[in-house]
Amino acid sequence: MGKSYIIKQISIFSENRPGRLAAIASALRDARINIFAFSIAEANGFGVVRALVDRPEDAHRTLTDLGFRVSFTEVIGVRMRDEPGGLSEIAAVLGDAGVNIEYAYAYSGRDGAVLIVRVDQVEDAVRRILDCGGELLKASLFQ
Amino acid sequence: MGCWNRNVEAIPPEDLREVQYKLVKSLVGRIYETSEFYRRRMKEQGVRPDDIGSLADLRKLPFMYKQDLRDTYPDGLFCAPKDELVRYHVSSGTTGKPTVVGYTRHDIENWSESLARAFSSCGIGRGDVLQVSYGYGLFTGGLGVHYGAERVGATVLPTSVGNTERQIELMQDLHTTAIACTPSYLLHMGEAAERMGVSIKDDTDLRVGFLGAEPWSEQMRGRIEDWLGIRAYDIYGTSELSGPMFTECSEQQGIHIWGDLAFVEVIDQETGEVLEPGERGEMVVTILQKEAFPLIRYRVGDITVLDDAPCACGRTHPRIQRIQGRVDDMLIVRGINVFPSQVEHALLEIPEVGRHFQIVVDRKGALDAMLVRVEVSEEAFSDKITDLMMIRKMVEHRLRGSLNVGVAVELVEPGSLPRFEGKSKKVVDRRSL
Repeated sequence: MGKSYIIKQISIFSENRPGRLAAIASALRDARINIFAFSIAEANGFGVVRALVDRPEDAHRTLTDLGFRVSFTEVIGVRMRDEPGGLSEIAAVLGDAGVNIEYAYAYSGRDGAVLIVRVDQVEDAVRRILDCGGELLKASLFQ
Repeated sequence: MGCWNRNVEAIPPEDLREVQYKLVKSLVGRIYETSEFYRRRMKEQGVRPDDIGSLADLRKLPFMYKQDLRDTYPDGLFCAPKDELVRYHVSSGTTGKPTVVGYTRHDIENWSESLARAFSSCGIGRGDVLQVSYGYGLFTGGLGVHYGAERVGATVLPTSVGNTERQIELMQDLHTTAIACTPSYLLHMGEAAERMGVSIKDDTDLRVGFLGAEPWSEQMRGRIEDWLGIRAYDIYGTSELSGPMFTECSEQQGIHIWGDLAFVEVIDQETGEVLEPGERGEMVVTILQKEAFPLIRYRVGDITVLDDAPCACGRTHPRIQRIQGRVDDMLIVRGINVFPSQVEHALLEIPEVGRHFQIVVDRKGALDAMLVRVEVSEEAFSDKITDLMMIRKMVEHRLRGSLNVGVAVELVEPGSLPRFEGKSKKVVDRRSL
């Protein structure tokens, strides 16, 4: 049950220099892979590009074949109301559920806003968020 | 012990020294007579051929340097008439003028003999298929190994370098049992084979590799042998000496230097003093039987240790340890001597990063700054920045521990570091002094 809410995010190692995001994005474009959301985390000299895409397996293979260092990371997507207080409401749910956020990023689309979260105990987190009345994205959206 | 030439290879050590003395004596007489260069050198030093009364008297002759070879370009060191030459090889000359080496028929025969003994000592001979993946042409590697392998009765597959997928197909189809190439090219082949769905260990007959022409390490040997299911032997030589000439025997305890073909000394690189066996220093080589291009006490620039104890294989000729660096590869960073091979050794023990690296030395203010660029391994890649920063810190710590000098580490994308382009790209020195 919990598994159906665990989403495969692709994470790509990238050097911190001009053109690297373009290289990743154009590879995904050429493979006709759609990106729902992404974020870049940066450190001194390198970064990690994280993305939710419609075909994670294909994206992984495409980028690996091009020589990128790629991994899957399990994340969850928590639906938010796209209006003042939306994030606050969800953050409170996560906090009350005792879920610690390692990192998060958000997007706002046709069906409202979504907070994408990486947590340490993902199945546990899914159960507690649902128990608290939170709404999660289905993994079946990302095949 | 599978000797190619048992009488020579297992000669009693005192007899070998007698042979060497006679060869030195005759060599010095010959070059004095035939070469303007050597005659002038010896006169400057106040040495005459008659002064050679023992093997140790060779030390009366001055050292030769790479610069001497450049100064006499193209043929000022040749000691045989032009019409006796059957071949030229030309070194790449990345740091100056190229060096031209000429060979008489007898020189080629001795070169082949040297490798025939070497290949036999590793169990390679008739019935073997030896794939020569060294470059053919002006470079000595391809043709040198080719002739040695033919001499020993093996079937040569002269693939030369490059076109890796085809090399792997031919390795399977023609049942290659031994390969000669650089260690980094063999690793590249192993990776390429896996991408093709071929395991060199399980899907080919390859069992022996002769690897050289660039520095490598014991750890790298372990990795290659385990991964590819072969025995990997160090092969040594430089174009000035003829080309690849010597290898380890099946004991893998040092490279046998055939004493009737070459006389090796190891010296203190600062003082020029000859060191005892077991002491680390710069290798000095005298090529004893070369007709066209003899070399006397030539400072090859490689750092090694001489071992004259008898080998368990029964051969009596002295051995040198794996080359531990180049005199001219050595970097001095904040007053500390650093060899790129030390970085390589340290990285091989850190599974979180790949085996490829690049060293960048720069000067920040008055201080040298050394940066080592490495790739995160697939297993260690985490999408958490903190994990990656910890890997970087750990590698910095380990390198500092083995080099005794502070190092900054940069994590780079896989495939972005020089693979088998040679050592020149592994070190970038941006200091302007």
